[in-house]
Amino acid sequence: MNKAIEEKQHSLLIDQQVLADKFQAFIDPEYVIIDEETQRVYECDGLAAYCQLPMLTVLPETLDQLQKVMQICHQYSVPVVARGHGTGLSAGATPHYCGVLLSLAKFNQILNIDTEARLATIQPGVRNLAVSEAAAEFGLYYAPDPSSQIACSIGGNVSENAGGVHCLKYGLTVHNVIKVQVVTVEGNIIEVGNEGLDSYGMDLLALMHGSEGLLGIVTEVTVRLLPKPEKAQVVMAGFDAVTTAGDAVGRVIEEGIIPGGLEMMDSFAIVAADDFAKAGYPREAKALLLCELDGTVEEVDQYIKQVADLFEHLGATSVRISQSEEERLLLWKGRKSAFPAVGRISPDYYCMDGTIPRGQLSNVLTEIDRLSQEYGLRVANVFHAGDGNLHPLILFDSSVEGEFEKTEEFGGRILEACVKAGGCITGEHGVGLEKIRQMAIQFTDEEISQFHAIKHAFDKKETLNPGKGIPTLQRCQEYRSIRPECDHITTTIN
Amino acid sequence: MTDISQNLVEQVESAIADKTPVRIEGGGTKSQLGRSTEHTTVLSTKEHSGVVEYKPVELIMTVRGGTTLAEIDAELDKNNQMLACDPRRFAGNATIGGSLATNQSGHARPWFGSLRDHVLGVKLITGKGEHLRFGGQVMKNVAGYDVSRLQAGAMGAFGVISEVSFKVLPKPEDSASLSLAVEADEAIMIMNKLSGTAKPITAASWLDNQLYVRLEGAKKAVNATSKKWKTEYCFNSISENEAKLFWDNLREHELAFFDEIEKPLWRFSVNAAAKHRLEEEAWLFNWCGSQRWLRGDNLDIQALSELAQDMNGEVHLYSGGNRQAELSLPRNEVIKTLMQNVKQSFDPENIFNQGRLYSWL
Repeated sequence: MNKAIEEKQHSLLIDQQVLADKFQAFIDPEYVIIDEETQRVYECDGLAAYCQLPMLTVLPETLDQLQKVMQICHQYSVPVVARGHGTGLSAGATPHYCGVLLSLAKFNQILNIDTEARLATIQPGVRNLAVSEAAAEFGLYYAPDPSSQIACSIGGNVSENAGGVHCLKYGLTVHNVIKVQVVTVEGNIIEVGNEGLDSYGMDLLALMHGSEGLLGIVTEVTVRLLPKPEKAQVVMAGFDAVTTAGDAVGRVIEEGIIPGGLEMMDSFAIVAADDFAKAGYPREAKALLLCELDGTVEEVDQYIKQVADLFEHLGATSVRISQSEEERLLLWKGRKSAFPAVGRISPDYYCMDGTIPRGQLSNVLTEIDRLSQEYGLRVANVFHAGDGNLHPLILFDSSVEGEFEKTEEFGGRILEACVKAGGCITGEHGVGLEKIRQMAIQFTDEEISQFHAIKHAFDKKETLNPGKGIPTLQRCQEYRSIRPECDHITTTIN
Repeated sequence: MTDISQNLVEQVESAIADKTPVRIEGGGTKSQLGRSTEHTTVLSTKEHSGVVEYKPVELIMTVRGGTTLAEIDAELDKNNQMLACDPRRFAGNATIGGSLATNQSGHARPWFGSLRDHVLGVKLITGKGEHLRFGGQVMKNVAGYDVSRLQAGAMGAFGVISEVSFKVLPKPEDSASLSLAVEADEAIMIMNKLSGTAKPITAASWLDNQLYVRLEGAKKAVNATSKKWKTEYCFNSISENEAKLFWDNLREHELAFFDEIEKPLWRFSVNAAAKHRLEEEAWLFNWCGSQRWLRGDNLDIQALSELAQDMNGEVHLYSGGNRQAELSLPRNEVIKTLMQNVKQSFDPENIFNQGRLYSWL
């Protein structure tokens, strides 16, 4: 699989070796990479279907070096693609063939943990989980927990506005970051936000979140830390129909309970995850819910019983409450390893990321099932049920000629179904290169033009991560002409 | 309860054609906020009101920009839900559009989030006369830039907010409020210490040497925590009625501290644990110490900004004082230029609320 970046041609204004020489004047030459073999590790992010070697890879070690890199790139109009730990799933960090791949890997320090005000100031290359690990001795943790939290970087989390399984109660990255330091495309340093909870005037902090490296390079992040809940307990329930499980999710919320996590898996995912994690999932169930309650001991004791009773009342075929921390972690292990588990039963899988109103679940799953038969490809569904974020995993074999292209088309159709149901094309993985075509379904030309205008406000030469996130109007029109149904969706939702 | 968006678009188009700057107004409750400007042409969203969609099970509501908070509260009450960001109500007359444009958030801000945090999508009439939709009605959405949250606090600089979708939450099962006589520094220390525990705290404020704390959530959790803190810190209970009155009056700025509305009222957003400063002045703390109100004459914005920076935060002149002057100082020229560029990307003719945030915007 190798997808070339489709976009307007950039012509090189500076030779690779000349640029390397300029960088090596102030950066350890070892961290200015131009040979093909060493650059191979940077050719893709977590979505390996999109591969591209950059012209040059650079790993600055200080803010001053990073600023100079940006200034030189700006002077010669060289595209810059920032990269954290390369775990993104939308090809947002795929290098540019005549650009610089800017790795933030050397910015890997936790600069300060303010235990009194419960804040951590960290460099962008710090891993998500490392923040919670460092805060643990103070009884604190960092709430957003994307499935890749062992490996993904905080800088990448900001750029993608990463989510996780605890978003319904604790929010996304944008809700947990109060300040970022950013280096602009011209190489200037700005600070957005402060250590209080808001700023006067326009909220550039919100704009930076999920901007996929198109507006600036995040070089420092201040996050809020939360006290570790006194207790967390999971109710696992099996259901004989996906719709019953979907209704049960709504009923929990109607009871006035906001769970820490509320996840659903379909039968295919249940068996795969159970084979992998040996979590004791009800393998005969058509849908499985994992509902975690956290908070004070009294609160969890009160709600866990209420939720378990509710699931039984709604016809759950099995209900199990975790009785120890080990059991709670085991139940989660199945869910958190659902992706690799599905990976074991298929040569390849492709993870989608649409979001839908929860009430539309059965409609959208029915449509996915129909498409699965139409395309002759199996699908396992994993669902952040609490916040409506669907992760259908399409199983395919890339060694079969044309199967990846077929899978991608199928994935695109799933995203169309999500938008049609009142949802969106990406809940937490970002647009990147992967979903850039489907932007045309969700937004009108005027809205896309407004995004371009925002981009221009930060980056007039369009050298920051070009070709990602926001499609050209021409590409939108092309997509809509291939998929005329989409034109209708865009008109309807507006 | 009507949709007059087409009319609003036409008004914007004519303002663009005539190059006449307009002042966007909803319930007209926030004229004392922001800079006073000479632009008298008002574009009113008041008639553009009504709930478009409310799905209690989804915890999501969509309303037109001119919908009052009283209407929203009444609708949510029916399902025992609430605007968790608890914006200042202005006797219920504030509109959702104005609340978002000024990012109003109540006492639970540190724990439940701000209005900005709860916004999921907006419809916006831009300075190009285009009626655009950003975000949506789902909790997670990272397609395109976050234009919805960009509206929070922008005071209408980007356009007319014609529709807002936001998250709502179930009302808490139980509530208890406590008070304790302590001085400022000790109050800051205690508030932060309490917030560092996983207890159901939803407000922590200090004024007149009294610390006030509110607990909300599961009945058993509220009771157990209230009992524990009364023993550990010698907190006193406040009766339900007294507590409600206090929290409402604090949110609505109807306590004696907020009298004399002409007198400058400075709003600090700082590190919650920052040491108390300018002890001789009149202060009120909210949000566990991260929002601090300072009431006083003869204070210089430059000096206060330096003080706020020293507390890892910032300050602006919230109300009163000289409203023609700058109310906040931008951190540097780069930020200033970026703000101007972003404003221009939405409003190239600069017709919306010109000069309201800054003289140069």
